[in-house]
Amino acid sequence: MGKTLAEKILSSHAGHDVRAGELVIVRVDLAYVQDGTGPLTVRQFDKLGFSSLPHPGRAMIFLDHASPSPRQELSNDHKFLRAFCGKTGAILSDVGSGISHNIVSERCAIPGDIIVGADSHTCTNGALCAFTTGMGSTDVAVAMGLGRTWMRVPESWKIVAQGAFPRGVFAKDFMLHLIGMVTADGANYKALEFTGPAMTALSMPGRFTISNMAVECGAKVGLFNADAVTRKYLELLGRPEAFIALAPDPDALYEREIVIDVSTITPTIACPHTVDNAKPVTAVEGMKVDQVFIGTCTNGRLEDFRQAAAILKGRKVAAGVRLLITPVSRRELLDGLADGTFQTLAEAGGIITGPGCGACVGVHEGVLADGEVCLSTQNRNFKGRMGNPNSFIYLASPATAAATALTGKITDPRHFMP
Amino acid sequence: METLRGRAFTFGDGISTDHIAPGRLFHLRSNLPELARHVLEDARPEFASQVRPGDVVVGGNNFGQGSSREHAPTIMKIAGVSAVLAKSFPRIFYRNCINVGLPAIILDTSPIREGDELEISLQEGTIRNHTRGETYTFPPLPAVMANILADGGLVGHIRKHKDFKMT
Repeated sequence: MGKTLAEKILSSHAGHDVRAGELVIVRVDLAYVQDGTGPLTVRQFDKLGFSSLPHPGRAMIFLDHASPSPRQELSNDHKFLRAFCGKTGAILSDVGSGISHNIVSERCAIPGDIIVGADSHTCTNGALCAFTTGMGSTDVAVAMGLGRTWMRVPESWKIVAQGAFPRGVFAKDFMLHLIGMVTADGANYKALEFTGPAMTALSMPGRFTISNMAVECGAKVGLFNADAVTRKYLELLGRPEAFIALAPDPDALYEREIVIDVSTITPTIACPHTVDNAKPVTAVEGMKVDQVFIGTCTNGRLEDFRQAAAILKGRKVAAGVRLLITPVSRRELLDGLADGTFQTLAEAGGIITGPGCGACVGVHEGVLADGEVCLSTQNRNFKGRMGNPNSFIYLASPATAAATALTGKITDPRHFMP
Repeated sequence: METLRGRAFTFGDGISTDHIAPGRLFHLRSNLPELARHVLEDARPEFASQVRPGDVVVGGNNFGQGSSREHAPTIMKIAGVSAVLAKSFPRIFYRNCINVGLPAIILDTSPIREGDELEISLQEGTIRNHTRGETYTFPPLPAVMANILADGGLVGHIRKHKDFKMT
């Protein structure tokens, strides 16, 4: 019997053949933390009795959640993390560089890697066919100190996407649709493998959006094959040598197969306060919003901003609506400055912030007032997520976000698309 | 392993780590005793002032969904919670609970009502509901997780064994 992607990658890191259901110790290629989880990791690292990193180049610290710091407590956390990097040689990605997951995509993730991060959206790099998954601070401290962790080899689900994406429907709509179908805990502990013609044709930014949200239906990782699209992405980043073709065996065993014809999906939105509360945008069209946020590790890449800019070009954001634009990384910011995308968004009335997590984590740069409604391209709409438990968050694609910013009401993007 | 005993505080489905350790208190993450004064605040604002050592948090489906913040189970433990029971847990929160030495137990929690007096034996895999005169059973943890929990959490486990003890 052949192997799934998860079984292949975990076998190569366990030193022997492993199968779904087994509990194994695996070698870890990279372990990372961010400024929300990192200070606890560093304190646990000390308590664990570690004094140095066996492989300093395999530990990274990202200052992205409170970036730049809005409070003295967080400034002190940043100082503490910088000092850890100075002492141990862990790689520091400082304020303004961007969100951890995207920096990992840009700089170091390789198909077939195992990467653990103290951030639930570490699964983003499943799009590069790396087994990447979120853990807590202490688990990551151990992974940094020992260079290994334990895992249960997950059962895999094959998600087959048939057809072609229709006008106004994007990777985000597909994923919200899937999560609505599977529910928030439906895929707990599973590995998802995304395949089929619509996934093969999908760009890397679209794949990152999908893998990023695998955790929102409980999955441990959401994997794509390492294929021609992966190869081209790594070449554009200047690291063609990182490419390794990787696909599951044809006779691999799947626990479940879900087939979705993407041509039947319409623009989709997740309503408060759960990601699986997904509906067609038309079901809530006309709902007034106070803020629109385009960015995050889900949808903060240049391709996302171009989709928004195509709708906003030559138009103005509705009076009374704040449009926040936060690029995922400095690289995406620079590319979007060079091609005029951010110029277009600023002319339309968008507020461009520095790269990072921005308003998504409720710390700064767009905390909502009581009773306010935000339409965001982020991955999560839990009560209080954006810093106020008395506010309401809707999740949708950058195109739906842009159309909504124009009218001040939740709007189907197809009204503004040729 | 000790027996755990306390009152049940019941919660509905889908309690997230934002309910337990809200993002707006991000700046308190390096001050866990202070953060613990806000534990579960966005699900039940009065919880932190009512919880007593030994009390048991009883959830529905997918208790602890969302962010990987280990601060969530850590402040539940600091506040005195002796165990968390739920119909299901997302994997990161489940692992974090065990890593911080907070027993996370999967079972059908629907018979348990607010205020019920619960007594949990991890060794026997039983929960006695003294208020209702009922006993519930739960399956044992996988060996590695049972070992971590028996060592008081992952720090104690690794200090003791210098690696993961899988059997």
